[in-house]
Amino acid sequence: MSILTAIDVVDWSRAQFALTAMYHWLFVPLTLGLGFICAFMETIYLKRGQDPEWKKMTKFWMRLFAINFAIGIATGLILEFEFGTNWSNYSYFVGDIFGAPLAIEGIFAFFMESTFFAVMFFGWDKVSPRFHLASTWLTAIGANISALWILVANGWMQYPTGMAFNVETARNEMVNFWDIISDVALVKFGHSVTSGFVLASVFVVGISAWFLLKKRNTHLAEKSMKVAAIFGLISSIAVVWTGDASGIYVAKHQPMKLASMEALYQGSEKAPLSIVGILNPKKEIGNDEDPMLWDIKVNGMLSFLAFHDVKSFVPGINDLVYGNTERDIMSTAEKMERGKVAIEQLRLYKEAIQEGDTATARSIVGKFDHTTAEGQQFLNDYFKYFGYGYLSAPTDIIPNIALTFYGFRIMVALGLWFILLFTVILILLHKQRISSYKWWLWVVVWSIPLPYIAGQAGWVVTEVGRQPWTIQDLLPTVASISSLDAAAVKVTFFLFAVLFTILLIAEIRIMLKQIKIGPKE
Amino acid sequence: MNIFSRIFHFYYNGFREMTVGKTLWIIILIKLFIIFVILKLFFFPRTLSQFKTEEEKASYILEQLTDTTK
Repeated sequence: MSILTAIDVVDWSRAQFALTAMYHWLFVPLTLGLGFICAFMETIYLKRGQDPEWKKMTKFWMRLFAINFAIGIATGLILEFEFGTNWSNYSYFVGDIFGAPLAIEGIFAFFMESTFFAVMFFGWDKVSPRFHLASTWLTAIGANISALWILVANGWMQYPTGMAFNVETARNEMVNFWDIISDVALVKFGHSVTSGFVLASVFVVGISAWFLLKKRNTHLAEKSMKVAAIFGLISSIAVVWTGDASGIYVAKHQPMKLASMEALYQGSEKAPLSIVGILNPKKEIGNDEDPMLWDIKVNGMLSFLAFHDVKSFVPGINDLVYGNTERDIMSTAEKMERGKVAIEQLRLYKEAIQEGDTATARSIVGKFDHTTAEGQQFLNDYFKYFGYGYLSAPTDIIPNIALTFYGFRIMVALGLWFILLFTVILILLHKQRISSYKWWLWVVVWSIPLPYIAGQAGWVVTEVGRQPWTIQDLLPTVASISSLDAAAVKVTFFLFAVLFTILLIAEIRIMLKQIKIGPKE
Repeated sequence: MNIFSRIFHFYYNGFREMTVGKTLWIIILIKLFIIFVILKLFFFPRTLSQFKTEEEKASYILEQLTDTTK
């Protein structure tokens, strides 16, 4: 059997969604950051008495912003289609909650962004300079507000809260909208948008470095570099800060993701962090192989990063799969049994409705009623583990360790590289010697793809690390999927791959052409 | 000139004077055509749209959620 036929509809749907999301994230972060860089430049233009050089600079970066924005338009729409087609069980199960932030994004933020976008591009000589500046800022803010609602939706999937399950409608219904905008979602938003700011800053310093190497528009390039390097350095530090906060929430709500990011099989106090390492491919849960072939560890660092306490206990994969009574960690097998009880109650309810047995149906509805003591106990003891009832084996809760382990290290290493990159650029600009360090300018140019790689690696850690869940603990991918023909999903997977690749090539070509043309008078 | 006419001319002139924008609009229109006409029509059948009422949808989802043989 070929590998293509062995992968079933769930995996193909996951691959299709991952492909769409990864391409979408190639366009989004540049929009998030470059909008603000244009706004900074235009603000300086006005502050300096409408200095024409700053206007020329602002208009040049705005042109690149527009190209990226235009090519990226609607790639996110395909993701929303996929929710309805490939993930219809999921969409219905949580649509009441998940739909709200997406609707707000569509109605408010996107329209706000699009309206002011037109003024930003068509209005240079048609509206007052201050109104134009306000439009530029509102375009940038609008793009980031769009991101907020999408990331609130994603954050809710990682940490579902603010809802109650209604047996009669078979869906989770919103109890408190503000609970959905949880700390997990806000930290995710902060981490994602600041990573977008870093990407845009590297993009600007990289292109500026190319102008310096070509000895073209050198004043403009140095000024652009300065604005972007300051923004990039501040954002890089913010990425570390939000990343640290993100780590704490992962440790608290998604301990398996943390354990797989570290290939930590045996939990411990003063848990070590592998700074660098090579995984042992022979290691599997239950065997005696060492998880690492080689690594450099710092004892206690994982405990510190996870709980800000070197002595704290970090559960490992073994603890989470087999349970650890000493640490009060329930085994996955036990959670699976409890999840099955909740699913069985749902099945009995369905049968009772079909047979017209209203007494039984009413009794089961009572068990799921979060407003009564009986209901709360059932929800806490059984429904909390609903998703585990679909798993085939306790080891199903282990995500792909290699992807999360290496993905995390790539993201962190590149994040640290950007801090160094911006710092060195600012020092050289301050000494007015940047143009004489040609080798460094080439390093800056070749750094342009790196934040894209870092961003993709970060999302791989986030999304692969939470497998098998679509919604953490509540619904695994296997129960979220629509009844689809795997062949249709394969066809669309390759169609999307071709479509997005053509769009990407188009963007790169148009972008390169405009960069070569450079700023216009 | 009233406000609506000014807004219309603002957009009309803006689009007319575009240079790179024309290529971008062609790309956007091709993309939207592919997404909304081809993909939506032939590859995106919405599973739940076959049901008329919320009760039918709920019943179908209950059936799906209680089928643990998948």
